[in-house]
Amino acid sequence: MSFDGVSFDVGRVRRDFPILSQKIRGKDLVFLDSGASAQKPRVVIDAMVRCMEERYANVHRGAYFLSEAATEAYEAARAATARFLNAPDPRGIVFAKNSTEAINLVAHSWGRHVLQPGQAVLFSEMEHHANIVPWHLLKEDKGVELRVVRVTDSGEIDLEDLEAKLADGKVGLVAIAHMSNVLGTVAPAERIVRMAHAAGAKVLFDGSQAAVHRRVDLQALDADFYVFTGHKLYGPTGIGVLAAKLEHLERMPPFLGGGDMISVVTLKRSEWAPPPAKFEAGTPPIVEAVGLHAAIDYVTALGMEAIEAHERRLVDHAMRRLTDIEGVRLLGRAQDRGGVFAMATDYAHAHDLATLLDRAGIAVRAGRHCAEPLHTRFGVEGGTVRASFGLYTTEAEVDYLAEALTKAREFFA
Amino acid sequence: MFDDLRDLYQEVILDHGRKPRNFRRLEDADRSARGDNPMCGDRLELFLKLGPDGRIADAAFQGRGCAISTASASLLTETVKGKTAEEAHALSDSFRELAMTGTCPHCQAALEEEMERLQPLSGVHEFPSRVKCATLAWHTLNAALDGAKEASSE
Ligand SMILES: Cc1ncc(COP(=O)(O)O)c(C=O)c1O
Repeated sequence: MSFDGVSFDVGRVRRDFPILSQKIRGKDLVFLDSGASAQKPRVVIDAMVRCMEERYANVHRGAYFLSEAATEAYEAARAATARFLNAPDPRGIVFAKNSTEAINLVAHSWGRHVLQPGQAVLFSEMEHHANIVPWHLLKEDKGVELRVVRVTDSGEIDLEDLEAKLADGKVGLVAIAHMSNVLGTVAPAERIVRMAHAAGAKVLFDGSQAAVHRRVDLQALDADFYVFTGHKLYGPTGIGVLAAKLEHLERMPPFLGGGDMISVVTLKRSEWAPPPAKFEAGTPPIVEAVGLHAAIDYVTALGMEAIEAHERRLVDHAMRRLTDIEGVRLLGRAQDRGGVFAMATDYAHAHDLATLLDRAGIAVRAGRHCAEPLHTRFGVEGGTVRASFGLYTTEAEVDYLAEALTKAREFFA
Repeated sequence: MFDDLRDLYQEVILDHGRKPRNFRRLEDADRSARGDNPMCGDRLELFLKLGPDGRIADAAFQGRGCAISTASASLLTETVKGKTAEEAHALSDSFRELAMTGTCPHCQAALEEEMERLQPLSGVHEFPSRVKCATLAWHTLNAALDGAKEASSE
């Protein structure tokens, strides 16, 4: 297959992922839970093994060959992450444990010290708990106001509502999922940034889902904070990214205290190292950074545009195949959407359905996907079954899912 | 595609899942407790009415959940009627062993008939992520008997 001169051969891509050739209970694995965590290509696995076999030591500490090599590899991962996001400066890239920690870092350091009482944080109805709970904690701590922008019935961010909620100029931060992990909705990020900045608010995007499926250009986007998590980008667990404008990081106090984040320490006081070190207390995820670097190189070599084009075709196909199955209701039909499909059925509870699909070799997630308020919003308290795609997902897998959903209806009838 | 799942979803379970028995509030309940499974959003409330002899005179539940948790709660309300608190606790222990291991070698002979009725739920032991669906109502029963207000099955 070819798109704008970029080729994408999903059959060849699948061979890069050792786990995909596995049989589950005698059936081919149909892995449709990449939105929760993606599988890993051989190059990521090998890079991490090679790091531990040949180039491992602690970073930023030893004046010896291995420590210098590990430090170089760690900092190279930071530079690669900056290039991946087209961030203006690698010093604005902070490594955290995952997206959740990266958002908590912002809520803690920026939210508690730069945001003023009387200001508000605004998030949307389609947030993951990772982009809700830190703001609840901030509210309890600092008494900031929280505002929630509505999501329309088709699953889009309600921009009129956003406009209205920004109007009094009290919002200090707009924190929104760049792509929903339930509805698949891709938020109109550029517009949101323009609206927020015009109203004097900073913007944080939770790019946990989006960064995997779309090219992110932070210089063009002009977002203040952008977070994503390594394990969804075909990289390892244990590493996440906060990309922030340097001017914000400079004003923020540290999140955690310890080694590596200080310039001077006496027994009475410490002076902070400049960012990003200020926010990376203790031994960082060294092997994980090497794995993330390999994952970034992998998707970059395939081409984010080619991945996006492949996934677009897949999403169009899924919209045709999954929307006319009797008894299945799809949540969200945003114009701009990615490969995440949450479905409620009138014939089975999400968990019963997921157990059935598992027997057919299909891995999907059942429940509320850490987005309880959104399920309440769409009137599906009991949860949904969610199929989410990766770059290795095929049209045949979507067809197989559609067939299984039809047969499941007969099973429960 | 799903034939081997008939062991788990036996007709009894599908039937109780679709048409749960004793699915109502007991307004004059002497004991009640809520059961919550925050992971999957299953939630139920169990009501017990005690007779003058201290035995469970009536049992009912309300809530929402999957076929397995609903069927389990439904069968619970049928099997605990007439039991003393002690007998109900023993039944609960036996059931949880059945759900986790598929058998209950040490179960009391006195509970044989009840365990026979609950047998269709034994298939869950092969589905570790679903065992808690089957046991939620029974955790809630223990909480209600002990006078606690809430039970959680994780
Ligand atoms: C939109 C969104 N935000 C945040 C997260 C949290 O990611 P992590 O668990 O890696 O911190 C997820 C994934 O679970 C997600 O889908």
